Amino acid sequence: MEEFYHSVTLDEDKCKGCTNCIKRCPTQAIRVRDGKARIISERCIDCGECIRVCPHHAKRAIYDPLTKMDDYAYTIALPAPTLYGQFNNLSDIDYVLTGLLDMGFDSVFEVSKSAEIISDATRRLIRQGGLKMPVISTACPAMVRLIRVRFPDLCDNVLRLISPMQAAARQAKREAMARTGLKKEEIGVFFISPCPAKVTDVRSPIGMDESWVDGVLAISDIYPRLLEKMNKIVTPRPVAESGIIGVSWANSGGESSALIREQYLAADGVENVMAVLEQLEDARFGELDFIELNACPGGCVGGVLTVENPYVAKARIQKLRKYLPVSLNHIEQEDDMTELWWNCKLEYAGVMKLSDDLNEAMDMMAGIERIVKVLPDLDCGSCGAPSCRALAEDIVTQKARLNDCIFILREEASSAGIPVSFYGKEETGAKEET
Amino acid sequence: MTPITKRYEVSGDDFTHAGEASGKVKTLLKQIGYHPDAIRRIAIAMYEGEINMVIHANGGFANVDIYPDRVEILLEDTGPGIEDVDKAMEEGYSTAPDEVRALGFGAGMGLPNIKKYTDDMRIESAVGVGTKVYMTIKGQ
Repeated sequence: MEEFYHSVTLDEDKCKGCTNCIKRCPTQAIRVRDGKARIISERCIDCGECIRVCPHHAKRAIYDPLTKMDDYAYTIALPAPTLYGQFNNLSDIDYVLTGLLDMGFDSVFEVSKSAEIISDATRRLIRQGGLKMPVISTACPAMVRLIRVRFPDLCDNVLRLISPMQAAARQAKREAMARTGLKKEEIGVFFISPCPAKVTDVRSPIGMDESWVDGVLAISDIYPRLLEKMNKIVTPRPVAESGIIGVSWANSGGESSALIREQYLAADGVENVMAVLEQLEDARFGELDFIELNACPGGCVGGVLTVENPYVAKARIQKLRKYLPVSLNHIEQEDDMTELWWNCKLEYAGVMKLSDDLNEAMDMMAGIERIVKVLPDLDCGSCGAPSCRALAEDIVTQKARLNDCIFILREEASSAGIPVSFYGKEETGAKEET
Repeated sequence: MTPITKRYEVSGDDFTHAGEASGKVKTLLKQIGYHPDAIRRIAIAMYEGEINMVIHANGGFANVDIYPDRVEILLEDTGPGIEDVDKAMEEGYSTAPDEVRALGFGAGMGLPNIKKYTDDMRIESAVGVGTKVYMTIKGQ
């Protein structure tokens, strides 16, 4: 297992070296070097913001091709509940699930089923007490990684339960093994994902040794083929087995409302989430039991691998769940819960730290403060760093030079007698009066 | 070792900016590699002080000296001053106006919280002149 596997990658040919992604990255993990955006691996949390913001579509999510299904004797589709919000005039979830079967999957297992189990487990844990409050949701892998790299003091607040996707994969595969007699490696479990962060969570899971998911397909990738199959369905097969609670996990606030208590906060969108975590660190909230965080606007429906606008998808899911029972999946015995626990704590990865040696870090910080004073404080991004301060950090850590700043470069050139023009006018060294 | 010295203006005109200076200090301390528990205590103490300056003194200045083993903070304002410092240190005592209480502040826990989270705290105040709050928080 690599420590920092990433599911966001760069298409070098499409990247123009502009400043859109470096400015939006919540962990300042991108720099433009030699005209191309480079991701600083240990800082990236796979939130997908850069994919969302890139006007040239140069940032791509990595996911598996549909042909990967051919590698297995038996395949199981694990649809995220977000998938249900992608279709117009859908009256019954069974159309989606039947469509997946018609696409060639041997069976389907709704992730919303396991979401109901995780909700049940969370309710029990909070009721039992003993957790560090408020408990922070771990369903969004990007959020777990954000806390890991930026919020050391909140690492002990995270809910140490595996995600609905991971729980669903394990249960689906075990049931299929028992049903078919096939071996573990002959069965392929495919998560149908709204986002690349889930790809990372499969390749490099936190809290479990190995994921039971074998492949991650993008909702946007399977959408046309699935829609075609769904349009041909006469009578859908009755496969859906989850209620309002499970299906609602697609939207921000869904996981929280499943706890049936009032003291919760649900934040979505990276900037909002960061503001909440900052405040939480300062202990500025009063009584709160639960904090739900989603990197994407609106929750999982806002993932970059979806096809529908998040708010449209949300409205459709609200309509779809209307006549569903509250919850169809429950923990039968307390013992069942032990398997849902993480096998470790969340360890803070101090990737923003300047140095492991505090005194050296102090010296470097003093250097940053000196450099910041000579930089123009425009945060223009032309040097390839997201802000003047970030450039100063890069200079101190010897990843950039002072004259990467075009304003410094201009001064240097002028004082060396080289005329430099920024605005089409020739500069002669003396300031032109206008 | 010479400290890293920062001076922040805490604006009194806009309540919504309160807490920005302590947020910036927090980021610096994370980069330097301060212990998370110390960062939390520093952030809370400084935040409470910042809010006090905005509520009672129409803003002021936050001076922060970061040493490898401690952070020293001086919050200074030219506000109305505190008439009875001992009384102000009592939990639940507050002179905050109603509109601030409506936002959830003014519970009379500001100064007691600073005391609680710092290793050393001292108040110099003169009515009509202003207030200085000195605090020291040990690093590890």
